[in-house]
Amino acid sequence: MEKIPILKMGRFLLVTIQVDMHDRLAMTLQEDLTARIVQDNAKGVLIDISSLEIVDSFIGRMLGGIASMSRMLDAETVVVGMQPAVAITIVELGLSLAGVRTALNVEKGMEILHSLAPAGEEAPGHDSQT
Amino acid sequence: MSTKSNLAELVKRYESDILKDWVKEQLAAATLRGDLMSEAELRDQSGQFLKSFQEALQAGELANIAAPAWENTRVMLEGISISRVRQGFTPSETATYVLSLKQPLFSLIRKEYEKDPKVLAVELWTITLLLDQLGLYTTECFLKVREEIIKRQQDELLELSTPVVKLWDQILALPLIGTLDSARTQVVMESLLQEIVRTSSMVAIIDITGVPTVDTLVAQHLIKTVAAARLMGADCIISGIRPQIAQTMVHLGVSFVDITTKATLADAIRFAFGKLGLNVVRREKSA
Repeated sequence: MEKIPILKMGRFLLVTIQVDMHDRLAMTLQEDLTARIVQDNAKGVLIDISSLEIVDSFIGRMLGGIASMSRMLDAETVVVGMQPAVAITIVELGLSLAGVRTALNVEKGMEILHSLAPAGEEAPGHDSQT
Repeated sequence: MSTKSNLAELVKRYESDILKDWVKEQLAAATLRGDLMSEAELRDQSGQFLKSFQEALQAGELANIAAPAWENTRVMLEGISISRVRQGFTPSETATYVLSLKQPLFSLIRKEYEKDPKVLAVELWTITLLLDQLGLYTTECFLKVREEIIKRQQDELLELSTPVVKLWDQILALPLIGTLDSARTQVVMESLLQEIVRTSSMVAIIDITGVPTVDTLVAQHLIKTVAAARLMGADCIISGIRPQIAQTMVHLGVSFVDITTKATLADAIRFAFGKLGLNVVRREKSA
């Protein structure tokens, strides 16, 4: 079964969605991601959806769900690279995605993560980024 | 059927007379627009029309102008309607062109069937129906052309009225002018979002100084646009809200919660600069 890879970058987790999301895949991602946040003691999650062209209400809700779950596990979520068509769809579906931080691209998303979770607080065994 | 072929014969025989009478009729009519069309042009057009009219009559289809026999006449009427729209005729002036053919035809028929009132009545009725159909067809074409023009202008207006301006590095402005409806908001939203991606802007300012009225629907559209921009990672500021509009919106129960609003574009720019950590400093005058 296909899976969405979760990459670890320092204190953050990086998820790039490059296939069309279907419900099963979304559920798996949610499970994997929450497990990885705990396992890696991650402080932030960056989800890149720049290649995602189709969203439905389920995927929209899932994004919101991931953000809430991550926050509960003390990690901030930033969704980056949303396409205009996707943004319009989500708004028209009436999903506000409250609590989800957004950024234009990965670079800006990382900036936000760094500012939200400054390095050097704890995190033994992790690279501290300056 | 014999009466119908008679009519065709009649028109064929007296074609030049009818034309003369018809042109005279048109020249004398109150709806004549000498300023828009010369007499020679009118005579030429009328001659051509009468010729195709006469040919169609020969085919014997007098009740139905949608029949193939009337193809030429219909094409000609379309051409006349189109050219008259361009020249600035009114619909009634255009329809009168065809309807004024009644007068010469009626007098001709009356002269011909003076001794036979029954046939006279039948022929008059046939020709009335026919010319009415043609007249209505002309009006229809006229309106169709008008509608096409309006549609085209609307499209052009839509393109003209939604410019996305780059104010500064990473700052976009969208000055909205005119009434916002659903179709226009859709275009505005799409072009703004695309421009945000293209320039990777952090802040977008929607200036509504030029929007005359903001009702609940327009407010809804604005809120959606701002939400979509936020989802893409850009901050949206709405500026140029006039006092009158602010009052109306509060009365309507619309509030732009969670949306940064500024009274003027200048304030919005200042806010955007602050957001990006920029500072505008007056240069010290060198002594």
